[in-house]
Amino acid sequence: MKQAPLLTRDYRTITYVSGPLVFVSNVKGASFGEMVRIFLKDGEERTGQVLDISEDLAVVQVFEGTRGIDTEVTKVRFTGEPARINVSIDMLGRVFSGVGKARDGGPEIIPDAILDIAGTPINPSARDKPADFIQTGMSTIDGLNTLVRGQKLPIFSGSGLPANKLAAQIARQAKVLGEGEQFAVVFVAMGITHKEASFFMRDFESTGALERVVFFMNLADDPTVERIAAPRCGLTVAEYLAFTHNLHVLVILTDMINYCEALREISTAREEVPGRRGYPGYMYTDLASIYERAGRLKGKSGSITQIPILTMPDDDITHPVPDLTGYITEGQIVLSRDLFRRGADPPVDALPCLSRLMNLGIGPGKTREDHRGVADQLYASYAYGRDLRRLVAIVGEEALTELDKKYLKFADEIEKRFITQGDEDRSIEKTLSTAWDLFAILPEDELKRIKKEYIAKYHPAHREPGR
Amino acid sequence: MMQGTISRISGPVITARGMKGARMYDVVKVGEEALRGEIIRLEGDEAVIQVYEDTTGLTVGENVEDTETPLSVELGPGLLSSIYDGVQRPLPVLLAKCGDFIARGISAPGLERERKWEFSPSVKEGDKVSGGDVIGIVREFHFEHRILVPPRVSGTVKEIRSGSFTVEETVCVLDNGTRLSMMQVWPVRIPRPIRKKLDPVLPLVTGQRVFDCIFPVTKGGTAMIPGGFGTGKTVSEQTLAKWSDTQIVVYIGCGERGNEMTDVLAEFPELVDSRTGLPLIERTILIANTSNMPVAAREASIYTGITIAEYFRDMGYDVALMADSTSRWGEALREVSGRLEEMPGEEGYPAYLATRLSAFYERAGRVECECTGERIGSVTVVGAVSPPGGDFSEPITQNTLRVVGTFWALDTSLAYRRHFPSVNWIKSYSLYLDSIGDWYVEHVAKDWRELREKTMYLLQKEVELQEIVQLVGPDALPESEKAILEVTRMIREDFLQQSAYSDTDSFCPMEKQYLMLKVIMTYYTQMNDAMNRGVTLKQIQGLPIRTGIGRMKDIGNTDDLKKMIGEISTGLTALEVEK
Repeated sequence: MKQAPLLTRDYRTITYVSGPLVFVSNVKGASFGEMVRIFLKDGEERTGQVLDISEDLAVVQVFEGTRGIDTEVTKVRFTGEPARINVSIDMLGRVFSGVGKARDGGPEIIPDAILDIAGTPINPSARDKPADFIQTGMSTIDGLNTLVRGQKLPIFSGSGLPANKLAAQIARQAKVLGEGEQFAVVFVAMGITHKEASFFMRDFESTGALERVVFFMNLADDPTVERIAAPRCGLTVAEYLAFTHNLHVLVILTDMINYCEALREISTAREEVPGRRGYPGYMYTDLASIYERAGRLKGKSGSITQIPILTMPDDDITHPVPDLTGYITEGQIVLSRDLFRRGADPPVDALPCLSRLMNLGIGPGKTREDHRGVADQLYASYAYGRDLRRLVAIVGEEALTELDKKYLKFADEIEKRFITQGDEDRSIEKTLSTAWDLFAILPEDELKRIKKEYIAKYHPAHREPGR
Repeated sequence: MMQGTISRISGPVITARGMKGARMYDVVKVGEEALRGEIIRLEGDEAVIQVYEDTTGLTVGENVEDTETPLSVELGPGLLSSIYDGVQRPLPVLLAKCGDFIARGISAPGLERERKWEFSPSVKEGDKVSGGDVIGIVREFHFEHRILVPPRVSGTVKEIRSGSFTVEETVCVLDNGTRLSMMQVWPVRIPRPIRKKLDPVLPLVTGQRVFDCIFPVTKGGTAMIPGGFGTGKTVSEQTLAKWSDTQIVVYIGCGERGNEMTDVLAEFPELVDSRTGLPLIERTILIANTSNMPVAAREASIYTGITIAEYFRDMGYDVALMADSTSRWGEALREVSGRLEEMPGEEGYPAYLATRLSAFYERAGRVECECTGERIGSVTVVGAVSPPGGDFSEPITQNTLRVVGTFWALDTSLAYRRHFPSVNWIKSYSLYLDSIGDWYVEHVAKDWRELREKTMYLLQKEVELQEIVQLVGPDALPESEKAILEVTRMIREDFLQQSAYSDTDSFCPMEKQYLMLKVIMTYYTQMNDAMNRGVTLKQIQGLPIRTGIGRMKDIGNTDDLKKMIGEISTGLTALEVEK
């Protein structure tokens, strides 16, 4: 980065204000992406960032909103510096605003370093392969869609579905087997309600985890544009904790839909050509610049694991935000309204869920040798059982063959005994043995996805009594 | 060198003034940090430039310098097993220069300059050579890297050297004074010349049953893999990169995940090519522009990749190019087009999307290389497409469909039930069946086409039957149609499904593929015969042979499969009608 100019440059030449943007004319020497300070008539100070500059005009997005800005007195000062945040290990246990100002009434932190929040892409050849199994204690995740350290695995929720409860439970229970060390958590709230935010606060407090958590809070009534900065601040801190202090960091981002809405708001104000549903065409790239900031680096012991939460509007998984997210992240955990209504807790709809890095974290020495086969078999049989439900709705259960009736029962039992677990923290052993108990419902010949030797070793019919 | 000044900055696109005389697609250096960019529009003395690096911190008024050369790649020894970014900067060099995160304004040559290669000449003084002729050979790992006369160069060899040289040192001098080194520089947007295109008549053998037996692609053909997220595009592309029977693989990670590239980087050196016994990485070139790397370089990445592929093709090799995903490339076009304020076409994509896509896919092909004498090489292109919401009616899928020969449609509902590869057998097709029929007859079996057609017929029939079942239940079907459902379930589960992670089944040799299908079809024919005699389906389903079919994938010995065919025949003929 170039040296910032010594002279500060103040302008009183705002010509146009629209939505979150102000247009400043006759600006000389401003740089792309630099931060500006805006001084209002009543002495209030706000911050903004340059989005577009030409010889005579600079477009500035104002993080705290444009209310009260006028075109006569308001003064704009170009700082010549990119957006940066003060970071320090002492941030653990503290609460900050979306742009990194202390929000818990405590003093501002004393910075160990000042970092650019936009970050720079990790060199793919510097990345280390994620390989450590994280036991979340949730059967649907550990057993079927295993999370590994350095992965980004979002939760796709619907309005009213308990995504927060699931995220909090993961944050509480997540551990790497054989290591005592717990995760540090960076929690970024974007446009969520005070109630939701305090749910997380209370949950962390009750488990004594609060001093391991850095909060970035942008609540529903806080300025929209600040949401653009919040996840970047959070991830900058996460990178600092992971790669400077060698901590394992779990980043929870909620709710990404609010972030994308803020992005759309700015894009509309700039009169850009809209893409699908009015979201800007560069949303994929923009989201990637957030999600890709997860992973591990060679030669560093720390890691960043991301769990973004997003609410699918109208439970529609093809909506641009879940769609683009799914294309960037390494899998997804999907909650289902149908299962929620039928009392499954957590209501995780196993079929559309996926963990792309699962194979790196399972198998002998990590979880258990039969893990892959068990997961594949459970998926295939459960999917078939679910299909039969539709058939039953039309032709009645009597029309089914004996075998199909067993599949139907299997699907029901999976939801009751495997998916549903409430607040229980299940070990991976327990998860797998539950799965094997359920396989006993089906004839042994149907278990084609599992190697014979594992059936002989783990199937309840072959288990020695007392095991 | 011509110099201008920046007059506007908008994301990855900048405008520079004072650029009269600059040419379209010239590479420019932008600002004090000399960020690389490319001219994509000229208006009076103004040039619009897409910048391959992050533009944060640039100021209006900074200098722009025209290098007066188009975006090019360096071709020569040292390419194999490299990993590059979208504009051919070697990532390990960037790592050494600026650490774990990619900083801006760093330049690094595509080919290592210091390294010496053992050059053994294959021409002698006085020989006449022209573009494409081999002047010598360099051993790169175990690969015979042929050093070619660059296109459009010809003359008589005046001096030829032998020994250790760097890529820049002269190894050959022609009588007209042209000095040839082992390195060529070629502009990425211009296809390398060929003598003539040939019809593709050889299949690309991938070891994947659904690809080889059902929807084959040829060497020099084109294929697309569209599918929603989680349907297994990347796994399919990586599987193809691992098992395709080509000498060279170029793998482009275009706007995809960093961890996936790491996976390839970590896995390929460990994996061994089943045909040559050498590590896969030794035949692979990786180009990585992850989704958070600059968008303009993403646009360039697929051109960089295909130019490298063409270079190896010109040596007379078969090359497979995997592009994952071309949708991200299309989106990069759209993003830049939006910044240019061009009139948008369908879904905001620029109107020239179809032209660019078809121009890219047409660079694939089986060709007679430009050289004295005969040499044949091929480039096969397999492009993944990521349609928004899994909806195939979107512009990139549709425009790609118009130009490719094989269509592997991945299906979300198959992926949900973990049927992988999740290729939908009803929607997919291959236009190469006729042209490669002869090869199959010669190398696999005479009745391959027949078997395939019968399989497709049964699968089609299953769809119709399933509709009836949905209405009236499975019991209402006659026995013969229940038998079809029994067989199609076998085809789906015991033949089409293939796990990329299984140690016994991730690669399935052609002969085994054929025998597996033969087993199932024998079962079907024999079952029909038995049922015509009056044997019930229940009796047949009681036979132990069914379990054997379910475990075919794990059978390593093809003789066991042949034996199985016999057992099926005897087992089913032996069944007696129940009174």
